[in-house]
Amino acid sequence: MSQEGLLRPGIIQLRVLDMEESLTHYRDRIGLDYVSTGEDGRVYLKAFDEFHRHSVVLREADSAGIDFFAFKADGQAAVDGFRKRIEDYGLAVEDVAEGEMPGTGKRIGFTIPSGHRIEIYADMELSETAPEIRNPYIYKDEPRGMRAQRLDHCLLYGPNLPEVEKFFTEVLDFHIPERVDLPDGTLAIWMTVSNKAHDIAFVNHPEPGKLHHVAFFLEDWNDIGHAADVMTRYDISRDIGPTRHGITRGQTIYFFDPSGNRNEVFCGGYTAYKDHPTRVWDGNHVGRGIFYYERQMNDAFLSVVT
Amino acid sequence: MPDGAMFSVTHSIQIKGAETDITCAEDQMVLMAMEQQIHVPSPRPVRVGCRRGGCGACRVKVTKGDYTTQKSSRVHVTEEEAAEGYALACRLSPLSDLELEPAFLDPRRPADQDG
Repeated sequence: MSQEGLLRPGIIQLRVLDMEESLTHYRDRIGLDYVSTGEDGRVYLKAFDEFHRHSVVLREADSAGIDFFAFKADGQAAVDGFRKRIEDYGLAVEDVAEGEMPGTGKRIGFTIPSGHRIEIYADMELSETAPEIRNPYIYKDEPRGMRAQRLDHCLLYGPNLPEVEKFFTEVLDFHIPERVDLPDGTLAIWMTVSNKAHDIAFVNHPEPGKLHHVAFFLEDWNDIGHAADVMTRYDISRDIGPTRHGITRGQTIYFFDPSGNRNEVFCGGYTAYKDHPTRVWDGNHVGRGIFYYERQMNDAFLSVVT
Repeated sequence: MPDGAMFSVTHSIQIKGAETDITCAEDQMVLMAMEQQIHVPSPRPVRVGCRRGGCGACRVKVTKGDYTTQKSSRVHVTEEEAAEGYALACRLSPLSDLELEPAFLDPRRPADQDG
């Protein structure tokens, strides 16, 4: 196996204002499977095509937004290695005990200069409803709602982008397929630890710790159209799309969950390898980079976050 | 609310900065009524964001009238602010004619954060 260390995004924990209507949204509309409810009230969900126990965690709170985004490593030795590199870089690392989430091993957590909490872990139980692996069908039960296949990536808004870039590339071994550089500094970076076009992205923003969107992967453009049909049927608040991003080339709809957290359904996107050069956008062309058909950003892109 | 549903009692909403008043039903949110009734090229006096009480883009202050609100992020409207008439227009329904003014807050810097 060539890819070592961090493998992929594994868990996002979101704050929601009302658990019941959030569960309806993520389970019945986006199509995630309900896994369990913890003793503390957190609700655990997974997409039908994911192997591990859960990927999306909802926590009821009085404000919307993101609690943390976690990456899965290829073993505890890798987690321990990252711990040393993160501490050597100068960030404080906090331990999260095994079992703090059901079926999940111990984790480490730290706050990056944009104000977001990132976690790393190696162990999570396989799901009882994981995809088949012997002579598999493409699914066991027909996917529901928008037919999300997996948690794909998130876009986070916060300050200190140059430090975030340095940390992710030098300490966590990410590479940067695409970026937007303005005359007064970097506006945005798209970073990957795999060969997806992005596993995590950041936009420069004065307020720390904000969520722009969490994205779920769909099979193709037909499923993006189907997702748009679901949004109108159930009066889901839509931001923009169906459209395409010039950046990553993914096909997309931005919309909002019942607490105002922005979601994305995303398909396509190019394959990124570490030896590929970074694609760079400037301020005169970034509109086409964000929304390829509209060729301009909408009002909400740079300002509406939770 | 689904398209085609019958509206209940409607009220007139005067938004500071708007060229004309809008009409909003008691079981409708003020922001969605504004979106339906004020189109380009008329400027919308209140910003449209997530429409679900999370982002704060449509923060307003109600200066006259009775209304109800649904749950929204406390980051954008604290309990004290709600008592002073602040609300998110996407979570705001009228019980009488209303007068309101936009009250959008720029992104809060770290020093302003109370967690």
